[in-house]
Amino acid sequence: MNELAIKDLLYKLADDQLILGHRNSEWTGFGPILEEDIAFSSMAQDKIGHSLAFYTLLQELGEADPDTVAFTRNANQFHNSQLVELPNGEYDFSLIRHFLYDNAEIIRFEMLSQSSYDPIAKVATKLKGEVKYHVLHANTWIKNLGTSTEEAILRLQSSLNEAIPYALGLFEPSKYEQELIEAGVYPGEEAVKAEWLKRIVAVIEKTDLKLPSLATVEPKLGGRYGEHTEHLQPLLDEMAEVFKIDPTAEW
Amino acid sequence: MVRRFLLNLKSENIMYGGGNVFEATKFDDLQTEDPAKLAEFEARIARGEKIEPNDWMPQLYRKQLIRMIEQHAHSEIIGALPEGTWITRAPGFRRKMAQMAKVQDEVGHAQLLYSAAETLGKTREQMLTDLINGKSKYSNVFNYPAYTWADSNIISWLIDAGAIVNQMANAKGSYGPYSRALERICAEEAFHLKYGHDAVVHMATGTPKQREMIQAALNRWWPPIMTFFGPSDKMSTHTETLMRWKVKMASNDECRQQFLDMYVPKIWELGLTVPDPNLKKNMETGQWEYTEPDWDEFKRVINGDGPCNAERLAVRRTAEERGAWVRRALLNPKAKYVRPLA
Repeated sequence: MNELAIKDLLYKLADDQLILGHRNSEWTGFGPILEEDIAFSSMAQDKIGHSLAFYTLLQELGEADPDTVAFTRNANQFHNSQLVELPNGEYDFSLIRHFLYDNAEIIRFEMLSQSSYDPIAKVATKLKGEVKYHVLHANTWIKNLGTSTEEAILRLQSSLNEAIPYALGLFEPSKYEQELIEAGVYPGEEAVKAEWLKRIVAVIEKTDLKLPSLATVEPKLGGRYGEHTEHLQPLLDEMAEVFKIDPTAEW
Repeated sequence: MVRRFLLNLKSENIMYGGGNVFEATKFDDLQTEDPAKLAEFEARIARGEKIEPNDWMPQLYRKQLIRMIEQHAHSEIIGALPEGTWITRAPGFRRKMAQMAKVQDEVGHAQLLYSAAETLGKTREQMLTDLINGKSKYSNVFNYPAYTWADSNIISWLIDAGAIVNQMANAKGSYGPYSRALERICAEEAFHLKYGHDAVVHMATGTPKQREMIQAALNRWWPPIMTFFGPSDKMSTHTETLMRWKVKMASNDECRQQFLDMYVPKIWELGLTVPDPNLKKNMETGQWEYTEPDWDEFKRVINGDGPCNAERLAVRRTAEERGAWVRRALLNPKAKYVRPLA
C-alpha cells in the first residue's frame, strides 16, 4: 500500500475533525439553550478525540507526535475541508454545517470500517458508534426547527444555501483517489457523496427546507490541498497561543 | 464548580459566601405561617428528613432556597465564561479535551440547578431574565478576569476547591432536590479539582516562564479567593432559623478556615508563595490568621463595579438574544416534535 496515500487520507480525516471540534467548542457558554450548549460541547470533545486517534495513526507511520502536528502547522499544511473552518456564525449556520458534515462523516466511517487497511478499519469501527449520535442530533434538530416558525425556516434555508458549496468541498478527491479505491481502502469520495446526497435529501424532504439545485452550485475546493479561507490561520494561531509560548514545555 | 451564595452586606441576612447580594427577606413572614404546619415542618427537618417539592414549607424557606439555588446556577453559567475563553487556547490535546469537558460540566451543573430551583416555582426563563437584568446575582469571583492560561488553572483548582467546601456542606441541607443535585455536582467537582491541581503542578514544576505565569496568576486570584466565602457571619435570629431549617449549613468563616487548612499546605508544597505576609496558622487556636480581605472592594464589585461585571452580563445577554429565535421555534405549537430514533 502506498504510504503517502494513506497519510493523505489520515490527514484529511484528522484535520476535519480537529477543526470542526474546535469550532463546536466555541459554543460552550453561548448556546441558544443550555441543552444545546452541552450538546455542542459533547460533540466537540468527540471530534477532537477522533482527530487524536487519527493523528496517532499518523505518528505510527512516522509523522510527528499529535501535539506537534496539531499545534504547530500553518494553514497551508492543513488538509481539512473549507466547510469546517468557517466561523460558527449564528446557531442556524452551525446546525446546518453539523448536519451536512456529520451525514458525510458517518458514511466515510462506515466505509472505512470495512477498509483493507486494518489500522484505519479498527479506529473507524470504534468511532462510528459515536458519530451515529452526532447524526441523530443533527437530523432531529433539522426536522424540528425545519418545520417550526417561518423565522427558523428562513434562517436555516439561508444557511443551507450558504453552506452547500462548501459541503461539496468535503468530497474533493485526493490525488491518490484511484489508488485508495483500487487497494480497497475505501470506495472513494464520489461514492461517499452519492450516499450522502440520498441521506440528506431524506431528512430535508421531511422539512419545509429546499436543497439548492446542486447542478448549479460551484463546489468550494482546495481545502484538501492546503488552500483555505482567511478564517483558518487565525483559528490556528488562537489554538497554539499558549502551546507556542514554549513548545517543549509540559503543560 | 462553583460557588456562590448569598450574602447581604447591608442586612443581617448573610448566608453562604461566594458573594451575592439580595434584598433581605422580611423575617415577619414567619408570623403568618400556620403554627401547626410549621412545627411539623421543623420536626421533620430535625429528624433529618428531606423536604420535597410538593411538601408544605414556609414561604421564607421557599424564597431563600430559590435565591440560593438560582444564584448557584447563575454562578455556574457565568463561571463557565472565564475558563471557557481558554478552551480554544488550551495547550495540547490532553489539556484541550479536559478543559472542554470541565467547562461543559459547569454548564451541565447550571442545567441541573435551574431544574432544582424550578421545583420551587420559578421558571428557568424568569431566572435567566433576572440574571441579565442584574436583579439576580452570581458569585463575585467571576467578575475578575482570567488573563492567562495560568489564571484558568488557578480557577480550576482553587475556586473549584472553595466551591467543594461550600457545596459539601450544603449537600447535607434539608431541601431534597438541591441536596441531590449537589451530591452529583460535588462528584464532578472532585475531578475538576484533580484536573486543576495537575495543571498547576505542571506549571509550578515546569519552565521558569511557566512558574512565573502560575505565581502571577495566584497573586491575582488570592484576594478574590479570600472573599469567596463572604465576610464573617453576623449571628442573628434569622441566621439561627436558617441553620435550624438546614438551609445554611456552615458559617462563612468555618468554610474559609476549612479551605485554608486543606489548600494552603498544598500551595506551599509546590513552592508557590501565597501573597499575604500575615498568613499563618495559629497553633494555639488552630485557626488561620490572615490579612483581612478588602471588603469595600468586595462590596463595590458585587454592586457592579468590578473588572468584568459588564462583560460577563453582556456575553450572557448576547447569547440569550442570539438564541431567542431557537426558543421561539421550539415553543411554536405547530412545530412537529421529532422523536430521536436511537
